[in-house]
Amino acid sequence: MQPKLELLTQDMIARILDEAFQLMLKPGIKVQSAEARQLLAEAGARIDEANEIAFIPEKVVRTALETVPAAFHLYDRHGNPKVTYGGDAVQFDPGSSGVHVLDPETLEHRPSYTADLVRLVKVAEMLPQYAAQSTAVVCNEVPKPIGDLYRLYVVLMFSEKPIVTGSFSIQTLPAMFDMLALFAGGRDALAEKPQAVFDVCPSPPLIWSDFGAQNLIELARAGVPAEMVSMPLAGAAAPVTLLGSVVQHAAESLSGIAIHQLAQPGSPIVWGGAPAIFDMRRGTTPMGAVETAMIDAAYAQVGKSLGLPTHTYLGATDSKIVDAQAGLESGVSAVLGALAGINMISGAGMLDFLACHSPEKLVVDAEAIGMAHRLVAGLEVRTETLATMLFEGINFKGDFLKQRATRQLFPLEQYLPSPVIDRDSIRGWQAAGSPDTFARAKALTRQLLDEYRRPQIALDREAELSAMVEGLAREAGMERLPNLD
Amino acid sequence: MSAELFEKMARSVLDGDSDEAEALAKQAVEMGLDPLECITSGYVVGVNEVGENFACGQAFLPELVMAGEAMKAAVAILEPEMAKRGTARQMYGKVVLATVEGDIHEIGKTLVGTLLSASGFEVIDLGVDVPTTRIIEKAREVNADIVALSALLTTTMVKQGEVIEALEDVGLRGKVKVMVGGAPVTREWVARIGADGYSEDAIGAVKVAKELMGKA
Ligand code: B12
Repeated sequence: MQPKLELLTQDMIARILDEAFQLMLKPGIKVQSAEARQLLAEAGARIDEANEIAFIPEKVVRTALETVPAAFHLYDRHGNPKVTYGGDAVQFDPGSSGVHVLDPETLEHRPSYTADLVRLVKVAEMLPQYAAQSTAVVCNEVPKPIGDLYRLYVVLMFSEKPIVTGSFSIQTLPAMFDMLALFAGGRDALAEKPQAVFDVCPSPPLIWSDFGAQNLIELARAGVPAEMVSMPLAGAAAPVTLLGSVVQHAAESLSGIAIHQLAQPGSPIVWGGAPAIFDMRRGTTPMGAVETAMIDAAYAQVGKSLGLPTHTYLGATDSKIVDAQAGLESGVSAVLGALAGINMISGAGMLDFLACHSPEKLVVDAEAIGMAHRLVAGLEVRTETLATMLFEGINFKGDFLKQRATRQLFPLEQYLPSPVIDRDSIRGWQAAGSPDTFARAKALTRQLLDEYRRPQIALDREAELSAMVEGLAREAGMERLPNLD
Repeated sequence: MSAELFEKMARSVLDGDSDEAEALAKQAVEMGLDPLECITSGYVVGVNEVGENFACGQAFLPELVMAGEAMKAAVAILEPEMAKRGTARQMYGKVVLATVEGDIHEIGKTLVGTLLSASGFEVIDLGVDVPTTRIIEKAREVNADIVALSALLTTTMVKQGEVIEALEDVGLRGKVKVMVGGAPVTREWVARIGADGYSEDAIGAVKVAKELMGKA
């Protein structure tokens, strides 16, 4: 039995959806793409062209919901299904689009460069807790117009895992499809076995920008999975109540699904998000707040009630270094996300309201994720009787270590943590130099980077990919790509 | 009598009650009170108190923002009266505020605008995704003292530099101070683009703006 966190009753889910449908008619949804408005109009939505508002009736959304796939997979480089979107599958990936990295020596938050992204990708590749990679940070030395596709290029060069990514502009989207298609074996094959999902954000409150809506349309037509990342900020860009924010999330996401399915019925799309409460002292958007996780668990439950694949942002911290606050916020929120049965949980590795990334934190967070996975695997009956048969011959002695069952079953019953989790005796710990969590994480990160081997890529493919990105870089005014080694 | 009214005015701001602030302003106009004195001895006292409470953690952003709104509501009633009497309120300066082109993050920008106007700046908020040329035109048109630019993306931060260059090109740079902000903005960035000031939050933004006007 998979343990589950459910914050909403069936009645409350119905009420949330009802109010979301009301919002879609009054005040309506601001849709700033003419093409998206056209699609909605043809389906029966009333449009206020002057103000770019679509009044979307429930019927239009219900029809769209009928064609959304309840589940799909992301594939690795070799075409093996590795990530399951749908049902109560739980998977994790590192957070995306950081602009800083935490320097492990100086603890400075400095702008991220290619070398930082490479380190993050290598570490995530080595840790089985990460089912997918993300395009984790922007590379500051690369011209902004190709920043998005360049990140994808780096990930493709160093990883075989599925990828959670996204584009920064409509112009770069086709290039990113082509890069992925190179490995999939063409655009059709890419749609058949996608290696990546693309994040697309509505703008709170209740707005689909031209870029966001157009992104949905292009992804739908390409058959490449879209992941909506709606981010109501409770008290600032959304109602202050957690339930009010869940309603706004639903209205933004339901209208997104309508646009997406109208462009291409049957294309895969994910009910995702990155909401947060709004800190009323600092004006920040805390990702580690328990209320942020509550909004996430609640909207995921709404998505599940509609039979949709789910995503959220948890497992991150607002702390600036990898300290106790980082551990508790990332750990607590990863567990809550897992208990909510969310298919893809992004955010590990991130500090400072999703602005800063850290490979060392990825290594620590992997342990929280390992434990969260263990928790949702639940309690299983592994022996014929639960205990009585294991007591044979025990005779009041603590001799269970001698049992074959112990040897066979302990790796199933127990999650085996990495050396980042200290379970040593005090003497052993002192002998090792009394390292704290961060020191242990730094050591393990170094070890993982040493052990990492680049995946074999057919030379011609690699050459083709590099040539493609070099061409685009030159157009953007960069003569030579940064050195990847 | 008027002392009591001033106290009520300050209280309306502390309570973030725009309706009450407006009603009191109307009452003051009917009574023929000096509108300027209403502001300085009434409403501003409330704004300052909220600001102090916020600084020491006893008030929160909603209180701060609503105090700003109440202040605005009162000033809207009192301003025409001041114009009539020719006793224009002493403002710190005129600020043209915008989130730069390509960037639609508005929350931080709006917060900065609210606090600036509550603190005695005249704020012309151009909104989000504002092209450089529009910012320049507006700054010229209203004779701005300060151009305040918000950017939340590393990709759009460069526009802050672009606005500064454009101000130079049209010969306005000598007359206009430039203040920048937004999550990715750092001290180094401010130095690199040659901006005059920056702040990491809205309270600091007011302080910086006053410094730029030589009124700190
Ligand atoms: C809310 C949000 C959004 C919302 C904005 C909603 C709205 N109506 O404003 C939406 C969903 C639309 C959005 C969209 C995007 N976002 Co966004 N967003 C955020 C988020 C979570 C919070 C920003 C915020 O409002 N903070 C609260 C306010 C109060 O703080 P603030 O803005 O920093 O302002 C304060 C100070 O900076 C300062 N200040 C601000 N302006 C000024 C100006 C002056 C003159 C002064 C003195 C001071 C000052 O005072 C303010 C008050 O204290 C940040 C993460 C973060 N923590 O910053 C990401 C973030 C900024 N977004 C990010 C990204 C990538 C995007 C998208 C590109 C995502 C996408 N792929 O679609 C789009 C871009 C759209 C566009 N073209 O602009 C990245 C930026 C990374 C980068 N490379 O630069 C961030 C850092 C998150 C992340 N790591 O992914 N986003």
